[in-house]
Amino acid sequence: MWRDPEPQQHYDVIIIGAGHGMAAAYYLAKVYGIRKVAVLEKGWLGSGNTGRNTTIIRSNYLLPDNEPFYEFSMKLWEGLEQDFNFNAMVSQRGILNLFHSDPQRDAFARRGNSMLLAGADAVLLDENLIRKMCPFLDYENARFPVKGALWQPRGGTVRHDAVVWGYARGADRLGVDIIQNCEVTGFDIMDGICRGVETTKGAIKANKVGVSVAGSSSKVMAQAGMRLPIESHVLQAFVSEGLKPCLPGVITFGAGHFYVSQSDKGGLVFGGDLDGYNSYAQRGNLPTVEDVCEGGMAIMPMIGKARLLRMWGGLMDMSMDGSPIIDKTHISGLYFNGGWCYGGFKATPASGYCMAHLLATDEPHHTANAFRLDRFSKGLMIDEKGVGAQPNLH
Amino acid sequence: MIIEHPLLGPRDAAEFVYLGDASLIARPDWENPDAGKEFFEYLYLRDNPEGMHRELWYHEQGDRSWLVVTRNTLTHEILNVELARQIALAMGR
Repeated sequence: MWRDPEPQQHYDVIIIGAGHGMAAAYYLAKVYGIRKVAVLEKGWLGSGNTGRNTTIIRSNYLLPDNEPFYEFSMKLWEGLEQDFNFNAMVSQRGILNLFHSDPQRDAFARRGNSMLLAGADAVLLDENLIRKMCPFLDYENARFPVKGALWQPRGGTVRHDAVVWGYARGADRLGVDIIQNCEVTGFDIMDGICRGVETTKGAIKANKVGVSVAGSSSKVMAQAGMRLPIESHVLQAFVSEGLKPCLPGVITFGAGHFYVSQSDKGGLVFGGDLDGYNSYAQRGNLPTVEDVCEGGMAIMPMIGKARLLRMWGGLMDMSMDGSPIIDKTHISGLYFNGGWCYGGFKATPASGYCMAHLLATDEPHHTANAFRLDRFSKGLMIDEKGVGAQPNLH
Repeated sequence: MIIEHPLLGPRDAAEFVYLGDASLIARPDWENPDAGKEFFEYLYLRDNPEGMHRELWYHEQGDRSWLVVTRNTLTHEILNVELARQIALAMGR
């Protein structure tokens, strides 16, 4: 699928992290014509958060700084398989965000209007329509009766591994060096200019270095002497045994935090809240497992019959306002992409595209010009949930 | 996780609410000439270490005391638990 080269002495651009970073390398080579590029990956392709997400794609955000970016990402998903000629199993079965009260319907109607303004699709469904799509939901739940849903028909799921494999094959064929098992141990910074990186495979020079290691951003950027507006948290995800097709698409609970879809192998893939404390352990604890399963039982009692096959944890770059960062740093030649909280997977194509744009032109892409590193000191936070500077609440 | 409460003994972490880095105890003085920069760093920037981390936990479903827990973020092992009140007093707050 791709070569396994030794690192050269010098590149135009080095990108650290082969998740979003692989997408950035692909678009750098394909759209911006910069092909002397290396992607450095600490482990193997797909060993980080690429293999730990719940594979959902959607563009159903409220705020004008977020929605155009995620809609750009959705449009890239829709053309992705033709673009890199690889089957990523993009499946637009729709996403249903259930609501359970009148005020919540008003809030969802507002969000739907915001989505339509940005060129996305949104439909407000009443209970009768959802009953036809999802007869198995607990409509008469005493505390959280299902009153309707905000539906994005273009939402859905994508095969997570295939995304990075497709980008890797595409980037490799355009001349990008993919260097696996190569951990960055330091930056070559002198007089405020970054000229390369130190790695476990030796020093590599570059004109520009992009860091795209969400989950471990604080750790890597600390090597450049930077403190970030980010905490690392653990998010757990779960897969049931394989079942016959039963869910029409992605379904989310509006009163607790629970989201579920069905994979092509039949397993129910679901998750919920963060554990809530700083962690680099890539595993969580049982109180959160109980909380997620209670959320599932509250909307979908039939889920109680399914047995759990696997569960795991991934590291989330939780930023102080719940929104990502794609920006230059105060160090010339060093660029940062991170703070994806637990919304990184759906953003992969646009994150890569906007990072490539930034690396190639030194200007932010027009859909990502609010994702600035200095927005916290300037009071320009993008707080989708409205909970303030408290990473574990976003 | 079990948090060894200095007054109440071992308690399930599910009884607590997590706030974040214990550096939040050291709130800057608003009268400092650099107060703007200090408050930006206090509110938004974090060390976010891999390994030892001193952090604030609130015993919401217990005696409502604030604790400073020293915990390894790589293994979730809890090494030390202190009353935040005593740490704040020792810092002269």
